[in-house]
Amino acid sequence: MKQIVVISGKGGTGKTVISASFASLAEKKVMADCDVDAADLHLLLHPTVKEEYDFLGKVARIDQERCTQCGRCQEVCRFEAISDFTIDPVSCEGCGVCAYVCPQKAIEMVEDVSGKWFVSETKYGPLVHAKLGIAEENSGKLVSLVKQKARQIAEEEGCEFIIIDGPPGIGCPVIASLSGVDVALIVSEPTLSGIHDLERVAGVAHHFGVRSLVCINKYDLNMENSQQIEEFCQSHGIEIAGKIPFDSTVTEAMVCGKSIVEYSDGKVSRRIKEVWEKVKEV
Amino acid sequence: MVVSVASGKGGTGKTTVAVNLALSLEENVQFLDCDVEEPNAHIFLKPKITHARSLSVLVPKVDEKRCTYCGKCARFCSYNAIAIVKEKVLFFPELCHNCGGCTIVCPEKAIREVKRPKGVIEEGRSGKIRFIKGELNVGEAVSPPLIREVKRAADEDFLTIIDVPPGTSCPVIEAVKESDFCLLVTEPTPFGLNDLILAVEVMRKLKIPFAVVINRSDIGDGKVEEYCEKEKIPILMRIPMDRRIATAYSKGTPIVEEIPEYREKFKELYEKIKQMLSK
Repeated sequence: MKQIVVISGKGGTGKTVISASFASLAEKKVMADCDVDAADLHLLLHPTVKEEYDFLGKVARIDQERCTQCGRCQEVCRFEAISDFTIDPVSCEGCGVCAYVCPQKAIEMVEDVSGKWFVSETKYGPLVHAKLGIAEENSGKLVSLVKQKARQIAEEEGCEFIIIDGPPGIGCPVIASLSGVDVALIVSEPTLSGIHDLERVAGVAHHFGVRSLVCINKYDLNMENSQQIEEFCQSHGIEIAGKIPFDSTVTEAMVCGKSIVEYSDGKVSRRIKEVWEKVKEV
Repeated sequence: MVVSVASGKGGTGKTTVAVNLALSLEENVQFLDCDVEEPNAHIFLKPKITHARSLSVLVPKVDEKRCTYCGKCARFCSYNAIAIVKEKVLFFPELCHNCGGCTIVCPEKAIREVKRPKGVIEEGRSGKIRFIKGELNVGEAVSPPLIREVKRAADEDFLTIIDVPPGTSCPVIEAVKESDFCLLVTEPTPFGLNDLILAVEVMRKLKIPFAVVINRSDIGDGKVEEYCEKEKIPILMRIPMDRRIATAYSKGTPIVEEIPEYREKFKELYEKIKQMLSK
């Protein structure tokens, strides 16, 4: 079984469009949407939810009757989440230090539902996805849960691939998405921002020992910058998995709720197929 | 006044709107790049950095001579950053949220805190714009401490524009909270709409006044407009798909330098924000 994660550093470079295309091209696979903050893969795969689970987080709560206003909790909180002896649940990161130090035992860590995760069926196969609650913490943990479940399904059903749609950035949900995968496909775009962000996310993949490939999306928007990406990859021993041209059919397919390879047989789809052939052989 | 520029979905044009707004205003502006995982505003503003410092956070260091491997620290840690395997303490610093809990709970006083570099804060100027940027070190997972530090470096006398990271979770909250106003940048596609709805929920939860800017406003479909009308969310600006803008963006050139007429449009955008806030 091979786990493939699609990441980008910069947002909006085309991760989900490519993940959805891989979902329709790969045989025997499970999909996992690990962009738990702003998941979009379901808009192209139209899942039917089969199982639904709560993702529980912890948040501190002060029992005002027991509180003697000694202020010890405020002293130890590193997240500026306590003022006037009340907890701001948005700033509270659930560490539990305030509850531990309170001499009156007036603080309790309560569980609250900070997200949901789902096992669904799509026409391309099973999809594990999630929705982190608004303004909630610990997206990395939710990502790990989604991946764990996808792996379990893949093992049970004897799947060949797990296709993971990753989040933007380089922080905790990205690191959680990268952990234990076989290959990361980094989707880049030929803009100075895209190049800057590619270099950083490729650094993260390298840091955690994950082999990466790069695909340049909308490469024809700026050939000079595309050239620069190729040079960067060459000098860092990263293989280019393909170059995808800019085409307005990509947006059309999205509006129709379809993956681009399903919607059109044009040049974009052909190039994505080539990228898939490369990625699956790694 | 603090105006933040956010969006659920990445790549919709947050940095473009934030940078061009900053460049168009006559006020004393300071720009905070709080997208510390992937900061990009400097590519467009090309600031002269006058001051850079490293931000360190406190992480635990275990004195193995004192440690009895009782496991209290590992059980206490909410972030799975410590594990005891046989007679060994494993610490995963990139997962540590620096809460200090392990130090407090250790019965042997075997854990003290040491500094670990988390990222860099740069301050400088781009013309008359005061510029502050945070950049998370590659391999670090937890960005809010760095975002907090960027915001601490701000000067309250300025009109502050904050470039916010994408998403809806902790880094976004840290960047937008305490803003007077937030612009949500989206694009008129199903992905743009889905993620705009999430961003709107964030603003409502945090009780921050907000409005929408639609970028590449003539692609996709009309569902973002319909949604905003139904929810009575003002759309303060529409930026059409324009090859000149896309090319300028790819080279790190702000719109207002490529197409100077946009300066007036961004000034109008700011006037509209002020009007909304005065109501």
